[in-house]
Formats: sequence, C-alpha cells, structure tokens
Amino acid sequence: MNDMTSIETTLKDWETDQEVRWCPGCGDYAILKAVQRTLPLLGADPKNTVFVSGIGCSSRFPYYVESYGFHSIHGRAPAVATGIKLANPNLDVWLVTGDGDGMSIGGNHTMHVLRRNLDCQIMLFNNEIYGLTKGQYSPTSRTGTPSPSSPAGSVDRPASPCAFALGAGARFVARSYDVSKDLSEVLQAAYRHKGAAFIEIFQNCIVYNKDRFDDFTDKSVAADRQVHCRDGEPLLFAKGTKGLALDLETLSLKVVDVDGEDWRGAGVLVHNVRNRGLAHMLVEMPFGPCPMALGVIHDDPAPTFESAVLAERESVIAGKAADLGKLLARGQTWTVT
Amino acid sequence: MMATISSVESGPRHFDPGDGAVEAVVVRFAGDSGDGMQLTGGQFTLSTALAGNDLATFPDFPAEIRAPQGTLFGVSAFQINFGSSEITTAGDAPDVLVAMNPAALKTNIHALKPGGLVIVDSGEFGKRNLEKAKYAEDPLEDGSLARWQVMAFDISALTLEAVKPFGLGNKEALRCKNMWTLGLALWMFDRARQPLVDWLKAKFAGNPVLAEANIAALNAGHAYGETAELAGPLRRLHIDPVPSEPGLYRTVTGAEAISLGLVTGCRLAGLPMFFGGYPITPASAILHHLVRMKEFGVTTFQAEDEIAAICAAIGASYAGQLGVTSSSGPGIALKGEAMGLAVMTELPLVIVNSQRGGPSTGLPTKTEQSDLYQAVYGRNGDAALPVIAARSPTDAFACAIEACRIAVQYMTPVILLTDGYIANASEPWKVPDPAAFAPFPVSFLEEPNGADGVLPYKRDARGVRPWIRPGTPGLMHRIGGIEKALDTGNIDYAPDVHQAQTDARKARIDGIAAAIPAQDLCLGEASGKLLVVGWGSTYGPIHQAVRRARKRGLAVSHAHVRHIWPLSANLGDVLAAFDHVLVPEMNTGQFKTVLRDRFLVDAVSLTKTSGQPFAIAELDDSIARFFDDVPGNEGGEVEVNETQLPGPEIEQP
Repeated sequence: MNDMTSIETTLKDWETDQEVRWCPGCGDYAILKAVQRTLPLLGADPKNTVFVSGIGCSSRFPYYVESYGFHSIHGRAPAVATGIKLANPNLDVWLVTGDGDGMSIGGNHTMHVLRRNLDCQIMLFNNEIYGLTKGQYSPTSRTGTPSPSSPAGSVDRPASPCAFALGAGARFVARSYDVSKDLSEVLQAAYRHKGAAFIEIFQNCIVYNKDRFDDFTDKSVAADRQVHCRDGEPLLFAKGTKGLALDLETLSLKVVDVDGEDWRGAGVLVHNVRNRGLAHMLVEMPFGPCPMALGVIHDDPAPTFESAVLAERESVIAGKAADLGKLLARGQTWTVT
Repeated sequence: MMATISSVESGPRHFDPGDGAVEAVVVRFAGDSGDGMQLTGGQFTLSTALAGNDLATFPDFPAEIRAPQGTLFGVSAFQINFGSSEITTAGDAPDVLVAMNPAALKTNIHALKPGGLVIVDSGEFGKRNLEKAKYAEDPLEDGSLARWQVMAFDISALTLEAVKPFGLGNKEALRCKNMWTLGLALWMFDRARQPLVDWLKAKFAGNPVLAEANIAALNAGHAYGETAELAGPLRRLHIDPVPSEPGLYRTVTGAEAISLGLVTGCRLAGLPMFFGGYPITPASAILHHLVRMKEFGVTTFQAEDEIAAICAAIGASYAGQLGVTSSSGPGIALKGEAMGLAVMTELPLVIVNSQRGGPSTGLPTKTEQSDLYQAVYGRNGDAALPVIAARSPTDAFACAIEACRIAVQYMTPVILLTDGYIANASEPWKVPDPAAFAPFPVSFLEEPNGADGVLPYKRDARGVRPWIRPGTPGLMHRIGGIEKALDTGNIDYAPDVHQAQTDARKARIDGIAAAIPAQDLCLGEASGKLLVVGWGSTYGPIHQAVRRARKRGLAVSHAHVRHIWPLSANLGDVLAAFDHVLVPEMNTGQFKTVLRDRFLVDAVSLTKTSGQPFAIAELDDSIARFFDDVPGNEGGEVEVNETQLPGPEIEQP
C-alpha cells in the first residue's frame, strides 16, 4: 500500500472493456472479482495502481483491471515491479504470478523481492499445473501427478510457496483460495501491510487440474479441513471441536480434540501473526493429518526496500550540489594554455 | 625468433636512450598480480598527463584476483604509450619493460623491441621463482637477453633498505616495491613526484606510517636514477609536451566516461536515471562510478541477476525514469528476452555492453569486438534496435549521450558497445562544457490522445508512441510483451495486426538513420583505392596505420562507424567511392558481414581474436597488400606476433 489519500470507487470502475480470455469456469474469474470488489474497500486509486505480471494464465490479469498494467515476461514481474516502485514509490504495486511463473522460472526473483521487502502485494495463483502450455506438471504439483510431460506421474517433490516465502524472509504470508469468502479480507490485510505481502491463492484449473483442492475446499469437508488463522484467536477448526497445539516432542503442530469450550485446556494455541516460529509451523504442517492453514499466517512489518534506498540516497547526497560541470572536472586536472 | 620489423620502425616513434630527444615512448610495467602493477601504471599515467604528454594506456591483467604468486598466469601488466605527438593507441612493442619477477619477464620480454630496455628486480630471480616461471636457466645469466639492454638490480633489497626506518614487517615493506619502481620511472621520464606524494598521503590518510614508507620508496627509486649509480642505458628521458587545444584537461577511462555521459544524457533529457546492474567483468566499473553520482538523480540497483537488472530498468522506464543497464557479453545474452520486451513495449532503455572475449565465459579480462551480431541480431523475433559503438574512452562520453537521446526520442532500447580495452584504458580528456550539448527534453503524455481516451500505441509521424507514466490521471492502460492492436495496445495477434506492427517497429528504427550524422572520413580523400572501415576501439591502430600509409603516398582513407544500426544513410555511397574496403575487427568478421549484406560491397576482413588490440604493424601489413605494385609501398613483411603480448604455455594450477 502507499500513503496516498484514498478515493471512492466502485467495482465497475475497476473493470476494463477487454474480453476476458480465461476458460469458462476458471478460478481466475473469482479472484479477479474479489480483487475488483476489494480495491474500492481499500480506497485505492486507479491512476496510482499498477498490476504487474509475468507469463501464464494468471499473468493476463492486468489486462482486466482498469488501472495501469504491465504484462511482462516469464517470471520477471518482481524485477519489473522493483524498478517501478523505486522510480515512483507512490504507486500501489500488485504482482500477479502463478506456480510456474513465480516458483519455477521466476523463483529467483520471488526470493529477492521478498528478502528486500519491496512494498507490493504478490498474488501467487497456485493451481499446481502449467495451464497456458497445456497441462504439464509444475513445481507445486504433488508427486505422482500425471501430465503430458509426466504420463506415468511426476516424480518431483513439490515446493510449498508459503514455506519458500517465509524462508526468503517474507514479513507477510497469507493463504486463501479462489472462491473463498475470506479472500477479500486476506487481500485487504495484504494491502494494509507495508512491505512485500505474499498471498498464495489456490486456484482451480478446471481444464488441466480440475478440483485439485476439493480435499479441503469442498463444502462437505471445508469445516473439518481448514483452519482459519486470525490474529489473537485460537487455532480452532471443525466447528471448534478440534484445534492446533504444540507437540513438544517434535516441535511441530498437532491436532488435539477440544472438549466443549475448553480449548485452553486442550493446549490450543492462540494465533499471533507476529510469531514467525508459529508461521513456519503452520505452513509446514502436513495436510491430511492436519488441516490446511488459511488466512493471514504472518504479518510483521519491517522497513521496506524502497524506503531504505531513498533514505540511503538522502544521506549520501546531503549537502552535495548536483553541479554537472564540477562532476565532469572531478579528479586531478591540468590546464593547457 | 628474428622478426622483420621495418614497418614498426618506420613509424614516428623511436627510442634512443642516447640522445634524450624522443617523440614517444611505450613503457610496460609487468609483475605479479599482487605487485600493484595496475596501480603503478595508473599513477604513472596520471603523472604523464600532468606533464602535458598525450597518452594511451592498456591495462592487461589476469582473470584471477590473486593468482598464485610468481606464476606465469598470475602476471599483470600495464602499458602506456606517451609522447609529444598525438597518441591513439597503447603502442605496439614497448621500448621499456619493467619486469618485477621472472614470470613477468618471460611473458613480456618477447614483446619488447630489439634494443629496448628491460629493468628487472634481480632480487626476485631466485631458484623458486625461476622454476615457477619455467626457466631452466637464469635468463639474467644465460645470455638469452642479449637482444635487449638489461638493467638488473635488487629492487626488493633497495626497497627494504629505503623503508627500514618505518619498522614495517617484511611483507608490508616489500609491498612498497612498486613505488620504488615508479620513482625510477618518474626520474627516467622526467615526471614530477609531487602529485604522487599527494596521492599517497590521501590514500594512506588513515595510516601515515605507510604513507611515509611509500613516499620514501618512491623517493629512493627516483634518487637511484638521479645519483646514477649505474651508467649506461638508464638515462633521463625528457619528452616534450604535446601541443593541444587550450582548456581544462583530466584523464578519463571509458567506464568513467560512459558513466558521466549517461548522467549528462539524463540531464539533457530532464530525467532521473535508474541503473540496474549485476557485477561482471569488465562492466562493473560503470556501476561503481554511478553509485557515487546519486546527487545527479541517479538510482542504482544491484540486482539478483542480469535479467532482474534489465527488467528493473525497464520497470523504471515504464514509470518515467531513464532505465539503464550494463553488462558484458554473457550478461547481455541473459538480458536478451527482456530487450525484446523493451522493443515490444517501446520503452526507452540504454544497454551498455563492455565486450570481452567470448563465447561463454571466454576471456573475462581481455578485449574483443565479437558481440556485434549479438547486439544487432541477437533477439528472438524481428527485434531491431539501435546500436552505437564508442571508439575510445573519451568518445564513450558523447556516445552515451547519443544513446540516451535516441532512446527517449524514439522510445526504444539502445545498445551502446564498448569493450574491455575502452572500459579500462585512460586518455587525457578536455573537460567538456555541459552547456555545449543541445538538450532533448522529454514530454510525457498528460491528456488523452484519442477521442475515446488514451491510445498508448498511437504513433506520430516518426512512428513513435507516447510515453505515459503510471500516476497520470485518466491515462490508465495496459502494455506487455504480447502482440497488440494498433493504437489501443490491446492484445491482438491477428495476422494483419502482427504484420502491421512488425512493419511499424522496423520502420521506426530504420527511420533513425535520418536523425544521425552522415558518415564522415577521419582521414583521407572521399575516394581512392582503399577505405579502411573500423568501428569501436580499433580506432587508434587504424588511424595510425592509415596515417603512416598516407605518408608513404598510398591512397588510403579511414572511416570509423559510430552508428552500427541503423547505419548512416550515406554510408553506402561512402563505401562505393573506393576500389577496396578493408574492415579490421577483433572478431571473425562480423561488421564486414553487415556491410556486405547492407551494401553488396566486396568488403574484406582483417580479423584478430587474441584478446589483444591490433598492433599498428599488423594493419600496416594488411593495408600494404592492396598496394603491391605501388611505389612507396615499402612496408615490408611483418611477423605480427613478435610485437604482441606473448602467449607462453600457461598452465592452470
């Protein structure tokens, strides 16, 4: 987010006249709507908003938002965004990337934009598949994923984007999914966070990886298999009958049963977005034995890259005149008469 | 190993230690890469410039930062050519060689002119160092140096003696050897010591003892020459100052000149500069210079890789600053896709390539001109962009300004080619007056340019689209690397659209030919038997060789091309006025191929890819071949390798 004054807009103001070219039923539509619904709530200003993307299905996103937009090249959106933000720190910069774009070809840039803490929102649409190139397995595909490039099932072990982000030094890590009613809330928190805000959004690729996330997003299982992380609230799920507690032996999270209202008695932890250790445990928690952690997992702001760059510049140029003639004549000189 | 070197000696230079009247002298300092040879050379350069001599330098150092001491591959050399007439090259064969150890002697002695003077530190000629240098016998004693005048004295011991009062450790004391040697060189060539003394005091401000020790070594070396403890070749040489245009002068390296030119170019455009870079030899120096110029609106960004460096620069250009990135061949290769993005999004950008020997890692610290194809053709798709090549360190200043001008006036990435030689070499430079350059202020689009709103790809008469900064009210739009509709820039890859946009992109770049100066001749008549066409850092040797050929009455002219792409509109006519066209380049004939393609001219190559600049003698010989029956062509044969920095069998550890 930036410090510009907020202005009033409606969802319509953020829609472009462009024909949306995602497959009918694609999860991207829901994410687009959630973003367009959220931007007015944030008081965002279209003229100061820039969506930057790389390559892939998700990266067409900027064309559909009525703001400034830059559809760059595969994996490089974080680098383009860094230049934009350093050149004009007043802009609100959103990055749109995917599991291939952000975790594979652009993994290096994702790491560095996070560790530098450039003030921007990074939405990583994770559909665990390469969509635009027609269905090859991606770096987040689960082992055994059959695809055109892995007909017998992929052998790679998948990467965890949130664990990667924390490892790279991210100060804001959140997770949601395309049709989640909480997506807007997560986006708002990301926007309010000053610094690099990393949001993994599970997204349903209905053509190449249909319903891949049903094991925790389907209505029939959602309550039992999702834990919603809210700062200051206990980490409860399954309608309060289960919770997450610390396993002192393995120093990881474990599921405990909660008897009635007594979650404290069961040892259920209270979520604290500033607790980095807890964030690590939440994103490393194995799905299956444990639920999927969603919501704002970590939010602990630190000085941003662009503010540090500006401050350094101010301090080194303090008291120096920008006299070009003197610069050109710097060093030892002599005069020929 | 005897060579015919009549061509070399027919030039204006000669070295005669007997009469002291010398027009120009080439001195090479060679030692271990830890001996401070680049520093010695750099300071000698400064004192030479201060004495009013014209000069050119050629630093030649190994890729390893500190190769094992005393080894052949650890030798670092610095050559300077200075004199009282115009100097445009670092010189061919040195007149004087200062060799700090056996390895330095072995790798450099064959470059020394027959009869030249070699000064060696005999204190370093122990058994171990001789073995490391693969000498079976001590060359100081076996007569193998008979062709040269050898002055051997124990510089190590003399230095230790000179700095004794300062109580330094043995290792630290020996580090002052380079200053002792420099002191001797200053005496030999009648150079003032005071600037060096001032410099040492400033350099070692935090350690006055070290400063005084170095000054004592410098003075001792000077006194050694002055008290003439040795008779013979060690005579004081005075070189008259070169007559030059009145004004304020300084020395400048190419890397420095480019940095200053970029800052000046941005000032003339009225823009802040964003520089994205990733460390690579020999381009890093530009980052190092610019990082110290932040008060001129410069933001520097050391990116995580070459790709991020250029992409961040593109992002900054999109946001309304002038994005600049810099690298060397391997890094430029990585930037290729992003250059295409800048071509497609039609954003201004300056890409500096300090070329080095390739392919792959190639010769990181040596010079070559082999990235011309890469610059002109090296991207996917039809992705033409302007390419400019600097001919010398000082020319790089004007070229950098020109690159900025074309980038912002034509909304295009521009490649500026220099090379390792230009980047590192220094020249005296008449400090330019920034007011002498015409400003080219940029105007951003502030109001919608279409009936229904903004048209980001609406082109003007030159085919140039408007530059629109995010943050401007009412001009929200989307751009990207995907093919786009005319005017609106919306995604559109219909066949006729791609055809039209490809044509428009090409026409815009071709049209730049109308906005660049006509090709001129640096020397000679506008027609004749032979035109020597060069580009980049071959300027010096070509210029000298053509001058020498013309003195012999040969109808040779010299054209040096700055605008590699697009070429000046009149270049075809310039070439057509000569019977023959010779293109010397430090590659396998890349520019020659471009000229043949563009103008159907029977251009002939002279190529060299040894990592070393052309020797004038090599060009003399090549020019002479076109005049076999012409009286006055007595250039004779040249065994060029004899005049070049040598290539001993170098073994990696």
